[in-house]
Amino acid sequence: MYPIMEKKKLSENVKLMKIEAPQVAKKAKAGQFIILRIDEKGERIPLTITDFDRDKGTVTIIFMEVGKTTKQLGTLAIGDKLLNFVGPLGLPSDIENYGTVVCIGGGVGTAPLYPIIRELKKVGNHVISILGARNKSLLMLEEEIKEYSDEFFITTDDGSKGHKGFVSDVLQKLIDDGKDIKIVWAIGPVIMMKVVANLTKKYDLKTIVSLNPIMVDGTGMCGGCRVTVDGKIKFACVHGPEFDGHKVDFDNLMLRNRRFMKEEEHACKIAGVKI
Amino acid sequence: MAVKKEKHPMPEQDPKERIKNFNEVPYGYSKETAIEEAKRCIQCKNRPCTKACPVEVDIPDFIKELAAGNIDKAVEVLKSKTALPAVCGRVCPYENQCEGKCTLLKLGEPVGIGRLERFLADYERKKGVKKPKKAKPTGKKVAVVGAGPAGLTCAGDLAKMGHGIVVYEALHAPGGVLMYGIPEFRLPKEIVHAEVDFIKSLGVEIRYDMVVGKTITVQELLDEYDSVFIGTGAGLPNWLNIPGESLDGVYSANEFLTRVNMMKAYDFPHHCTPCTVGNVAATFGAGNVAMDCARTALRMGAKKSYIIYRRTEKEMPARNEEIHHAKEEGIIFKLLTSPVEFIGDDKGKIKAVKCIEMKLGEPDDSGRRRPIPIPDSKFSIEIDTALVAIGQSPNPLVPQSMKELVTEKWGNLKVDENSQTTVPGVFAGGDIATGAATVILAMGAGKRSARSINKFIMSKKSK
Ligand SMILES: Cc1cc2nc3c(=O)[nH]c(=O)nc-3n(C[C@H](O)[C@H](O)[C@H](O)COP(=O)(O)OP(=O)(O)OC[C@H]3O[C@@H](n4cnc5c(N)ncnc54)[C@H](O)[C@@H]3O)c2cc1C
Ligand SMILES: Cc1cc2nc3c(=O)[nH]c(=O)nc-3n(C[C@H](O)[C@H](O)[C@H](O)COP(=O)(O)OP(=O)(O)OC[C@H]3O[C@@H](n4cnc5c(N)ncnc54)[C@H](O)[C@@H]3O)c2cc1C
Ligand code: SF4
Ligand code: SF4
Ligand code: FES
Repeated sequence: MYPIMEKKKLSENVKLMKIEAPQVAKKAKAGQFIILRIDEKGERIPLTITDFDRDKGTVTIIFMEVGKTTKQLGTLAIGDKLLNFVGPLGLPSDIENYGTVVCIGGGVGTAPLYPIIRELKKVGNHVISILGARNKSLLMLEEEIKEYSDEFFITTDDGSKGHKGFVSDVLQKLIDDGKDIKIVWAIGPVIMMKVVANLTKKYDLKTIVSLNPIMVDGTGMCGGCRVTVDGKIKFACVHGPEFDGHKVDFDNLMLRNRRFMKEEEHACKIAGVKI
Repeated sequence: MAVKKEKHPMPEQDPKERIKNFNEVPYGYSKETAIEEAKRCIQCKNRPCTKACPVEVDIPDFIKELAAGNIDKAVEVLKSKTALPAVCGRVCPYENQCEGKCTLLKLGEPVGIGRLERFLADYERKKGVKKPKKAKPTGKKVAVVGAGPAGLTCAGDLAKMGHGIVVYEALHAPGGVLMYGIPEFRLPKEIVHAEVDFIKSLGVEIRYDMVVGKTITVQELLDEYDSVFIGTGAGLPNWLNIPGESLDGVYSANEFLTRVNMMKAYDFPHHCTPCTVGNVAATFGAGNVAMDCARTALRMGAKKSYIIYRRTEKEMPARNEEIHHAKEEGIIFKLLTSPVEFIGDDKGKIKAVKCIEMKLGEPDDSGRRRPIPIPDSKFSIEIDTALVAIGQSPNPLVPQSMKELVTEKWGNLKVDENSQTTVPGVFAGGDIATGAATVILAMGAGKRSARSINKFIMSKKSK
């Protein structure tokens, strides 16, 4: 059993939790994820490792309440225990000193981006961070990310904070300004990653995206997490979750992530949670 | 007295009823029937049946005790060679093994060896299993990776020899394929739990949520334990590699069966994992896994469930009993048919499969006649779900995490005649070493490895 040590509300439907799971904390690296199950009847869901403390043996997760499991998770309190918490899964990010890097986080995608930004900064990169959200209240981890960024931008769709528009506008401007960008990380909604990848492709600017297909086991056994990369089937849980954004079939990923939409709505209705 | 030509029949759930539930299909023999069936055995001196069993169960001996009504003694003889008789008695492909060599085949049907094993194991379980004698603790420790039949058997045997055993399992439940793959109606999970409890009662500890290669490495295990056994199975699904395979509604057999069996999607939404089949399901392949998919699809509410296979019934690799049960349940067999493309609707959901008719040509390497497409014979079948059950490859997670572990052509771990891998002190067995095979072969490998490991650790200093 894995006790919840800390809980914080970050925005309307986004929560942060620190979970005691020493064996995961010991091995965790930026870019990896865990799979948790709340109780005996629970579904296994993947969440990115946002932070970890090897000494205290804790792992931080940040999740958006979108459906049955994440909403139920949100109702748990400090001291409650999760039945399963397995990881770290997937391959870690390729952290090295590239020179100038741009890190783009959209919505809850900001959470998995945070440890990557921190590690990139630690090894000496010039880090430019761009955080985007629909509106001001959905932004998260601003202070934490600012601390590790050399340049820092915010965009909101409605202009309630920072630049009014999309993250890709800021990226376009950085490119136009002639910044010597070596690599881009883009993590967020599939549509955001697709837009960024399409933009950087024109400039042959290497772009890493982190994919979030529906998963079951996380060990390469079920194939439910398969994504099409460079025309080939890859399993996001073992070959990813990060891939070369220029080679990912985003449209297919969007379709596959809608797989159980109807059933989940039904489950939420029965369980009395609203989506 | 003339020997009865046929096996005593085993009562079963009516096909029309059973496709609406997940309860076990056959009910098993009564004590009286079991003894009558045991009496059919003519106690052949040369023991052809035993020779054809991968773990060499002393078949005539346990049958003799059973025929004489000495049930406890029969159980003892049986269990000295197989650790999970309740499982083997249900899922062993006995027609190709023990029963396939039974002398009575010359007369008619073989002795129902599998059914007798099942009876004895069930009888013992209901009565309460006796704990076997354990050797004195040796102070040695072994880590077992994977709680499938290979790992559990190896762990149980090593524990009986007095060693301290910890099993590291990636998932949240034990049993491997027995738990996530083979459905409840063929192997009730209660039986798997009982077998696992028995192994735990020998002092074996099982740690879940432990993905070896990720959460902990083989090298770390090797530093902490005297030896390591790897039994991680063949969990990697193979694909058809045809267009449309990533459409919504196309599942690997593993995903489909895991959702239904392990995550209990049949009880959705009370269990939280969803899985839907719609009205028409098509399963590709014709092994045990395929039969399980097609029959599970019916129970999940499909009105029609197809098996689509590119060869003929003769080449189908599934156990006879599975094919027989599938037919009884109304599974539609489309043989000499191969899929060429999955077709989706505008929302990316599968709506049909385009197929081509095949004929059999010359035999290939496996000795089976190679299917070849018949030109201009394409046709489509409307389906809501496609289940791809064309085999699994060894799980690459562990081999990839330690480059000293050498693999062979199909990604299986290379082992020597003592089941030792290319890393001294690391042993492997079951599907990870052989490629996808059978429960009894995995158990046999677990047993043999336990013997090798015992020899290895007793000849070196303790950690
Ligand atoms: C590697 C990985 C890392 C992830 N990291 C995070 C994270 O750090 N924070 C976070 O909030 N979420 C993360 N996700 C997404 C998270 O797993 C899903 O939001 C969660 O599984 C939804 O479960 P639920 O039962 O609450 O919702 P459900 O009731 O299952 O679904 C609600 C809605 O979300 C859709 N959905 C379901 N699963 C996913 C999915 N995997 N991705 C996108 N949409 C989905 C459904 O189609 C439905 O519309 C990650 C996913 C992956 C694969
Ligand atoms: C649907 C289906 C039906 C079948 N029907 C039959 C049948 O009727 N008769 C028959 O004889 N055989 C049948 N088989 C085959 C049989 O089940 C397998 O040959 C047998 O289970 C192999 O045993 P194993 O112990 O080698 O591996 P598995 O049963 O695959 O167990 C491996 C275990 O290792 C765990 N694991 C994997 N990777 C890691 C890791 N990195 N760290 C920790 N743990 C890990 C897995 O989670 C799993 O629990 C069937 C297989 C399937 C899929
Ligand atoms: S273990 Fe399998 S092959 Fe051996 S005797 Fe039993 S049923 Fe036959
Ligand atoms: S071959 Fe058949 S009849 Fe002969 S001993 Fe074995 S089970 Fe009995
Ligand atoms: S989640 Fe099952 S293979 Fe990736």
